[in-house]
Amino acid sequence: MSSPLLEVRGLKTHFSVAGETFFDPKRTVKAVDGISFSIEKGDTFGLIGESGCGKTTLGRTILALEERTEGDAIFEGRSIFALSKRELRGMRRNVQVIFQDPFSSLDPRMTVRQILEEPFEIHGILPSPRGRRERILELMDVVGLPAAHLERYPHQFSGGQRQRIGIARALALNPKLIVCDEPVSALDVSIQAQILNLLQDLQRDFDLTYLFIAHDFSVVRHLCNKVAVMYLGRIVELGETDALFENPQHPYTEALLSAVPVPDPSIEKRRKRILLTGDVPSPLNPPPGCPFHPRCRYAQDSCRVETPALNEVRDAHFAACPVLPFKDAPSAAALIEAE
Amino acid sequence: MSDASAPILSVRGLKTEFRTEDYTVRAVDGLSYELFRGETVAIVGESGSGKSVHALSIMGLLPTPPAKVIGGEILFDGVDLLKSSAESVRRLRGDRIAMIFQEPMTSLNPVMRIGEQIAEAVKLHKGLSDEQARERASSLLQKAGIPDAEKRLNDYPHQFSGGMRQRVMIAMALSCDPDILIADEPTTALDVTIQAQILELMRELQREFQMALVLITHNIGVVAEMADEVVVMYAGRAVEHAPAEELFRNPQHPYTRSLLASVPSIYTRKDRLASIPGQPPDLALGIVGCPFAPRCGEKIERCESEDAPLVALSASHSARCWLIEGEGK
Repeated sequence: MSSPLLEVRGLKTHFSVAGETFFDPKRTVKAVDGISFSIEKGDTFGLIGESGCGKTTLGRTILALEERTEGDAIFEGRSIFALSKRELRGMRRNVQVIFQDPFSSLDPRMTVRQILEEPFEIHGILPSPRGRRERILELMDVVGLPAAHLERYPHQFSGGQRQRIGIARALALNPKLIVCDEPVSALDVSIQAQILNLLQDLQRDFDLTYLFIAHDFSVVRHLCNKVAVMYLGRIVELGETDALFENPQHPYTEALLSAVPVPDPSIEKRRKRILLTGDVPSPLNPPPGCPFHPRCRYAQDSCRVETPALNEVRDAHFAACPVLPFKDAPSAAALIEAE
Repeated sequence: MSDASAPILSVRGLKTEFRTEDYTVRAVDGLSYELFRGETVAIVGESGSGKSVHALSIMGLLPTPPAKVIGGEILFDGVDLLKSSAESVRRLRGDRIAMIFQEPMTSLNPVMRIGEQIAEAVKLHKGLSDEQARERASSLLQKAGIPDAEKRLNDYPHQFSGGMRQRVMIAMALSCDPDILIADEPTTALDVTIQAQILELMRELQREFQMALVLITHNIGVVAEMADEVVVMYAGRAVEHAPAEELFRNPQHPYTRSLLASVPSIYTRKDRLASIPGQPPDLALGIVGCPFAPRCGEKIERCESEDAPLVALSASHSARCWLIEGEGK
């Protein structure tokens, strides 16, 4: 098998924050705390978790926008943390990002043309005005923006169209990997479907690989072929999408899946729900042992002491839980009572 | 008390406009539905469909000018709120009709302790003493599932997490035992596990107090989970109205059908989502014909010139589309 496009090994990103009062010692937020996974070419790798789980920080660290504390991220065989400034710039041609909020990620004083020209200027590509203009019109066509809108400003577009501008900008330099950080969560349902379809088309047409960061399970199920579930800075479950959704092996995944409302009242009425109590603990003060144990319905004494490692519990299916994978537990799908 | 078999809220032909010198926007254009005790009506639509403006019209919270309710009736327990004095509407608001919003942080006073904020409402509407009001606030927080309720009365809003803040809002909304709770995207800003908690809480409170719920949302999953009745709004109009199961099983309006088909589900995997091309119309530009026609895959000539009437398919199911042949009309 060829080597993965991106490999993340034991990555940690810690932030130090001031203590509660002036005299308290500094404290550490372990936003990303020992994460490993790899993305093969052509994958759509879903990274899912609730707010504060560290998924966005992980994405930013891989883009070298945050400083890592430990571990490594290897893109096309080279550690991104070992690159020189110039090499990093080269890497950034190949790794692009699409942000959640199409309102704040576009400069309001730049026209679409200027926004799409910028990547070429920064990287000194396509110096001829004619070539550049052709490429920009091609990009607009690819993402479904009318060429007549070339000289318009972002505020003249709707949210969905703005997200198309963001996608065109990410595509400009023919990247290999695109990090999509919640690209559809700010959009209306009917527009969300347009953008998801567009991302699928682009992947097929341009051989793209996606790291897709999201909190919406239905969107991840639809789009991704592999999924990692994060909780308090760690991956608690990792596997092929269908296996993970149909037979979750970590209690947190199981609870999350049962909490997602399903757009079908006949399923909703028959569904058993696992209600998690309480909030996600503060990453400043995570619980000892397994970080999920205070909310876990399977927790045993050992869970309060030992932090479980991510182990392969089924074929290519990893979970950081010493209990659930070894139980004859009903899967979340089976939580729908039989008719 | 009033007749229990009569609707507690009945909205009839509600029309709300925003007028400025340059343009007029008909944000709500002839919306009608009935809400009974203990029942949940979901108002579904995308941004700009008029679902929130309709709620603010009921609550009398729209700034006039530019907004103005220009037609229709809002009957609360048989009394038309639009014809009542400002003073009597103010008394109902917060007392018998309460509302919660999407982002609890913006609806809470950041420099006032939670306990005082809740107590303020009960003192005002129920005439309780400081001591009684504080006790009531504490029991409400407890009911809303906030641990250490007594202690947390002294906390400020920023000391609560998003989910906890929404619980505080719910506690505050319930402080006067309202007959109706209007919840505008109450869980949109929350994570799924917290959303599940809040929805469960609302259902429990509904069972306990026979409270009626108007749930405004764009989340089709939440509708499937919570609603008895569903009104689908598009460009200010109700395009379809049906009991929830009927709507999901047998959607009639092309917009409803595409909307349901465009949502991914965790249980089934489709190769491709059905997406609706284009985007909702700009209401300031004025609309001729059916507002959905430009995006509709099934439109006929008539759709572009004339808006369809709401046609009854059965006693409980109606839709606004020329392609539908209903009973009568």
